[in-house]
Amino acid sequence: MEPVAPIEVHDLTVAYRRKPVLWNIDFSLPEGKLIGLVGPNGAGKSTLIKAIMGLMPLLSGYVKIYGEPLDTMRHKIGYVPQRESVDWDFPINALDVVTMGRYGRLGLFGRPSKDDKAIAMECLRKVGMQDFAHRQISQLSGGQQQRVFLARALTQDASVYLMDEPFAGVDAATEKAIVDLLKELKEHRKTVLVVHHDLHTVNEYFDWVMLLNMRLVKFGPTDQIFTNDNLRLTYGGKLLLLAEAAEKVARQL
Amino acid sequence: MDWWDLTVRFFSLADANVRWVVFGSILLGGAAGGLGCFAYLQKRSLMGDALAHAALPGVGLAFLVVGRKDFLALLLGASITGWLGALAINYIVRESKIKLDAALGIVLTVFFGLGIVILTYIQKSGSGSQSGLDKFLFGQAAAMGRNDVVILGIVALTMLAVVALGFSKFKLISFDPGFGRSLGMQVGLLQFVLTTMIVFAVTIGLQAVGVVLMAAMLITPAAAARQWTDKLQRMVMLASLFGILSGLFGAYISFLAPRFPTGPWMVIVVTAVFVLSVLFAPQRGVISFIRQHYANRRRMTREHVLKVLFKAGQDSRQWKTYYPVDQIKRMWSFTQHELNAALAGLQKQGMMEKSGGMYRLSDDGITEGARVTRLHRLWEVYLSRYLELPEDHVHRDAEDMEHIITPEMEARLEELLEHPEYDPHRQEIPYIGKRSQA
Repeated sequence: MEPVAPIEVHDLTVAYRRKPVLWNIDFSLPEGKLIGLVGPNGAGKSTLIKAIMGLMPLLSGYVKIYGEPLDTMRHKIGYVPQRESVDWDFPINALDVVTMGRYGRLGLFGRPSKDDKAIAMECLRKVGMQDFAHRQISQLSGGQQQRVFLARALTQDASVYLMDEPFAGVDAATEKAIVDLLKELKEHRKTVLVVHHDLHTVNEYFDWVMLLNMRLVKFGPTDQIFTNDNLRLTYGGKLLLLAEAAEKVARQL
Repeated sequence: MDWWDLTVRFFSLADANVRWVVFGSILLGGAAGGLGCFAYLQKRSLMGDALAHAALPGVGLAFLVVGRKDFLALLLGASITGWLGALAINYIVRESKIKLDAALGIVLTVFFGLGIVILTYIQKSGSGSQSGLDKFLFGQAAAMGRNDVVILGIVALTMLAVVALGFSKFKLISFDPGFGRSLGMQVGLLQFVLTTMIVFAVTIGLQAVGVVLMAAMLITPAAAARQWTDKLQRMVMLASLFGILSGLFGAYISFLAPRFPTGPWMVIVVTAVFVLSVLFAPQRGVISFIRQHYANRRRMTREHVLKVLFKAGQDSRQWKTYYPVDQIKRMWSFTQHELNAALAGLQKQGMMEKSGGMYRLSDDGITEGARVTRLHRLWEVYLSRYLELPEDHVHRDAEDMEHIITPEMEARLEELLEHPEYDPHRQEIPYIGKRSQA
């Protein structure tokens, strides 16, 4: 029997304020791989992650998690949003933020239990942040904030992780912590899809690579797919026509 | 009666009317203050203002329907149009390219205008002139009676219970709603509950504070409370407390001077709390910031004194000479005043010994002087080696960094630079008090 893909995306089209940003995306993620999601600014990388998580309305297509619809399988996915997506001056400490990863399991009026806090603490330890558990989050450096977000996703104890630019603007210590974490996740047969900007490290960090520019340009093992020709295809001018078409669609509807 | 008798009468709560006014003001202040924290943290503070203004036509319409000033009916009417206002704002922002600030302005003014039209119509139509609806613009706490306060109390306590029960969830959707949705939480529903409660918090205050100023009871306690704490739970409780205080004193002033509307007084009280918070809060406060700044400057001066005295004795390795104050002053651009303060402080700390108006370093002072000198010179080496800055460019920068580098940074610097012996100016880097510890 064919193994069921952790995430299957079929004919996915997503629009933002009526302007299409992703066209007819089709892929199935292989299990247990670290996958880099690469493409120029505005290529729709974050949008793809959000669409998979059900945070964007889909114009067409569907997303399946281990062959099932998203709503019954959310607990299988851990999500790391972009660091800039929240206000870090919020009155809350690192441990509180990490504990939020457990909220999907709480009942209507449930509160996080002692066990939830212990799990959150353990996950902070995994990213080397245990000493900062009770720090207010604005007093953390950018890299430390990123590690808090990673720890939060770890508490979800998921099978698939979607990470939106975890390497953006972090210090060397955090970069190393994230790389170690990715390796550990891979050892546990987790599937990880990471939005990534730094083309120099793609070969080193990722087994597979997905090249995206409003449509899926190429997807496959890094050593076969991550070639200059394919990069030129992804970043080059040939796809400008697609952006222009999207602009037209937005104006006319 | 003079004001003292009135004060006694007010705070003793002996008078039944006074009692209801006090309870009502406390309840609405506490509820609005606590809920306002969520609006404040979601950066939707002005939404409260728009909601309050949007509630005005509801007050008038409810009066027209019921035919008299029934608190429950007015509350319902106000909540309905308040909610419509909120929906209108969300709709405009979602479906058009108009930004939130413009949408708020449009909705707030059109609902308020509509409300004034309806109230004017009621005033002109016979019985309406005694309705007292005009008090809804700026509020009249004394207008609250027993029945009003019972309803107000039920609403406020229900909201308190909902906030307490759903606290964790409201915290999450205020901090990171996208993540909440990714967990499968009903973020839309929770936000609906929260917005509804904010609508209620605004409407229960309309009678006492008025539509024009009610937003202050929502925003200002939260902004004041944020100054004092980094914990959401404490912030909500503090904001509630500030709201209660403003409600109480607003009602008190209104009781002393009943011809004046209550709303402006409550706003003045709550703003006073806010100003005091901004000034005196321990970490975020302005005064604490200024004190910190001056404490840092005094520490830097003390460290400079230790450094110049250490350097004065470094060549001969002889630090036991006493120096007159004038001579120390010439070693650096000290002002007389700051030097005197620094010397006195250092003597107190045991870093400096004094004899006959002259000073010298104690053993601790020598170690500390060596440390500051070392940090200065290590930083110079770092800059010249890694940033390839010329020798004459590194001194200014090191002058600041010597006060800032932590022991951990120092250890890393030393390791990175492999314990250099000399700085770029060929001056010795002192490791006194350092090697002996190791």
